[in-house]
Amino acid sequence: MKLLNQLTAHRLLKMLKKEEITSLEIARALFERLEKVEDKIKGYLFLDKERILDNAKEKKQGLLAGVAVSIKDNICVAGELTRCASKILSGFTPPYDATTIKNLKAEGAILFGRTNMDEFAFGSSCESSAYQITANPWDLERVPGGSSGGSAAAVAADEAIFALGSDTGGSIRQPAALCGIVGLKPTYGRVSRYGLLAFGSSLDQIGTLSKDVRDAALLLKVIAGFDSQDSTSLDTSVPDYESYLGKEIKDLKIGIPREYFIEGLDRGVKERVEEAIKVFQRLGVECVQISLPHTEYAVSVYYILATAEASSNLSRFDGVQYGLRNPQPATPTCAEASAGRRKPQTKGSLLEMYEQTREEGFGKEVKRRIILGTYVLSRGYYDQYYLKAAKVRELIREDFEQAFKRCDLILTPTSPTPAWKIGEKIDDPLKMYLSDIFTIPVNLAGIPAISIPCGFAKGLPVGLQILGKPFKEEKILQAAYAYEQSTEWHLQKPVL
Amino acid sequence: MKFKTVIGLEVHLQLNTKSKIFCACSTKFGAPPNSQTCAVCLGLPGSLPVLNAEVLNKAIKLCLALNCEIADETRFDRKNYFYPDLPKGYQISQYDKPVGFDGRLDEIGITRIHLEEDAGKLIHNSPKVTENSSPSLFSLVDYNRAGTPLLEIVSEPDINSPEQAYDYLLVLKSISKYLEISDCNMEEGSLRCDANISINTVDSKELGTKVELKNMNSFRGVQKALEYERKRQEEVLERGERVIQETRLWDAAQEITLTMRSKEEANDYRYFPEPDLPHFFISEEMIERIKVEMPELPKQRQKRFISQYGIPEYDASVLTSEKKMADYFEQCLKFFNKPKIVSNWLMRDVLNFLKIEKIDWEDFSLAPQDFTDLLKTVEVKEISINMGREVFLEMLKTNKKAGDIIAEKGLAQVNDERELAAIIDKVIQANSKSVKDFQSGKEKALMFLVGQVMRETKGKANAAVVQKLLRERLRC
Repeated sequence: MKLLNQLTAHRLLKMLKKEEITSLEIARALFERLEKVEDKIKGYLFLDKERILDNAKEKKQGLLAGVAVSIKDNICVAGELTRCASKILSGFTPPYDATTIKNLKAEGAILFGRTNMDEFAFGSSCESSAYQITANPWDLERVPGGSSGGSAAAVAADEAIFALGSDTGGSIRQPAALCGIVGLKPTYGRVSRYGLLAFGSSLDQIGTLSKDVRDAALLLKVIAGFDSQDSTSLDTSVPDYESYLGKEIKDLKIGIPREYFIEGLDRGVKERVEEAIKVFQRLGVECVQISLPHTEYAVSVYYILATAEASSNLSRFDGVQYGLRNPQPATPTCAEASAGRRKPQTKGSLLEMYEQTREEGFGKEVKRRIILGTYVLSRGYYDQYYLKAAKVRELIREDFEQAFKRCDLILTPTSPTPAWKIGEKIDDPLKMYLSDIFTIPVNLAGIPAISIPCGFAKGLPVGLQILGKPFKEEKILQAAYAYEQSTEWHLQKPVL
Repeated sequence: MKFKTVIGLEVHLQLNTKSKIFCACSTKFGAPPNSQTCAVCLGLPGSLPVLNAEVLNKAIKLCLALNCEIADETRFDRKNYFYPDLPKGYQISQYDKPVGFDGRLDEIGITRIHLEEDAGKLIHNSPKVTENSSPSLFSLVDYNRAGTPLLEIVSEPDINSPEQAYDYLLVLKSISKYLEISDCNMEEGSLRCDANISINTVDSKELGTKVELKNMNSFRGVQKALEYERKRQEEVLERGERVIQETRLWDAAQEITLTMRSKEEANDYRYFPEPDLPHFFISEEMIERIKVEMPELPKQRQKRFISQYGIPEYDASVLTSEKKMADYFEQCLKFFNKPKIVSNWLMRDVLNFLKIEKIDWEDFSLAPQDFTDLLKTVEVKEISINMGREVFLEMLKTNKKAGDIIAEKGLAQVNDERELAAIIDKVIQANSKSVKDFQSGKEKALMFLVGQVMRETKGKANAAVVQKLLRERLRC
């Protein structure tokens, strides 16, 4: 008999409905699991146990009534620490709920803890968190992937039922792949970004991390939809995603892009993905070779556009209104005062506050990206970097547009390799950046994609990525579900 | 050396929308610090801007009034710099796709009109050093103003003198008031102006080195700063030196400009497209709809006043220079349809009163009906015009109606010939010498006698009637 924390949300919801269990029991099961394994996993940054248990005692209504959802540390929850795993936001509690959080609350979900991440979502391994390093449940010496590594590891280790993450260049799909779970990044504009701490505003999207495809469909249904507070969200109806699960997929045509099966692709990963293609063929799907010719530029383009936006988005962390301020407080000297300066807050001390606050508050990778982003936007370099990258982004978008004239979905590996050892790439940013090579183009094009488990390479999970047309998440889910039903990879659990 | 002056102005106009440009917070002036703020205008992490549609409407109105091309696609950009009054570390502004461009205000070209958000306000706590306390020093930030919509109007360097700059500002303000898009109050900061000025010798084909002037807080201040700067730069050139490209601050107390920063210290704002906002498409239909809403502008109204009311061009230009005055004029005509008389009173008495009392048309509280009631009593000679002026001032002072003041003070003009006859008799008896003088042909003597009657009646007698009666009496 499985413990409640091991179950999927849709199963728990059925049991809750029949009153076989209570939401308090779910929360307690999670806490019991945490007590056993959290020391090893370190997936959570913050848990208000009392509040969660109190909340679980209340009668809930809605699509997610009584089920616990874990939340990545970059999504605002009113009155709860939200730090983006950064020191600069130490002590920061937003006064408002992100729209996705409002939706979760409205549908009766119990907000569980805040999951670890790379600082400001800058990273692919969760190692750049200012607070702790999360371990991969399949091999504690390895990274869980990133940046939503805390969410992925917690779900994989049954410390979470399912979770919200965010995906700017693969931050949901890549850790989902490395931890052997399902990770869905919706179309840009499908889910409101209001209340998501911005990294690359034109790329960011909140999505789901779950144990199976049905849970992804369930959670997406709750968080998706137009939000008048997010001008980039699209005013279009949200389909009933679950109704697509179980539909036949014979009529679908799947494209296999040759640019994704390249040198450097791990052999095990390659084999698993090829096997997955065969599974789809057995299900009656036609697979065609396609080309996405500008793929090779995606990583460069991404690291220009995303860092440019990030350098600007992170300017607000200046020590003035919230979070860390150093020195505290910034006051001028007595000599300056008695000299009767017109501006008591002298230029020197203001600059000092900015510099010391940001010096102490930001980690190495954050500083690296701010410098990079500032550089590509600066006078004399803008045309050469930012503007050029923006143009190439259009070409990448067109690649997909062309490709989707020939197929409904595209299959690729999610990550070129399975999880690597903690510390292996942290001092080699370029190597780290290349681990997102298959996930980044999706964000640049703004299209939806999912990563689902498709087997193991040397005992480590491998993820299969399915890409779809804009706002056609239901097709992705339909195909992913069909695959999941014909395999058992998603049922594998790490031994902890 | 003979010099020519080249001036360009950058005007920031606060739009008078009820809510801010990217959130629903109120824009009302004077609220307690930070009481009109939310996650969006405080730039709290995770918050996102949503454009207030009314802001775009008002921007398009000004673009139309200044004969601008209107972009069919406009976009916001981020202007990045650090300052404590700027909550996000960047200002949402417009860079290469402004709402309007290539416009014209009389003979001055308009380069561009773009939208942006205002910053908050820093309050520097001045040190209070007493014997018993050490100085307390800190700066406070009030974010109420952060996110207030601004229009930046950039002129071409077509202005050739400080006076012309002053006139440009007056007309721009007048138009904005007509459009009802801004309060245009330079002291409250709802209109701000920076100026660029360069000087070169008349025969030179190139422009001189540009100096930017900031910190002027009145239209006259702009003019004075430009006059000072023109003189300063001319002296620099006459000494054979070069003008340095820099930004200078106007010190209104000392009436001088001082170096703020040189070109080398200028910021690199790293503009790039604001990813949190979509591009906005301005359709022909939208422009047509706004055109229908456009009010009559000063120039059009001036023409209409001349043809419709038959008042002189000068009167029409003065009356229409301020929308409130022109409105007041037309309201008065509803009660008292004598345009030239109303115009005279407005231009002479009302404007004079406003100037002396230093109040704006907005604050002129006398109702048009009450005002025209006064004009009517003068018109029917119930009181003299001089009395009328006194009553006018009394009305403003006491808030009483003209009729009540006239009755209370017994100011009504004495027109009754029988009543006057007795007083005239008395004056004739008391001034026999003047009577003789008049009868022997000295006209002046008659005026003296009229004056005596006026004195007896404390000015209430109708002078014309008195004169007529005196003549009749002394002839026989």
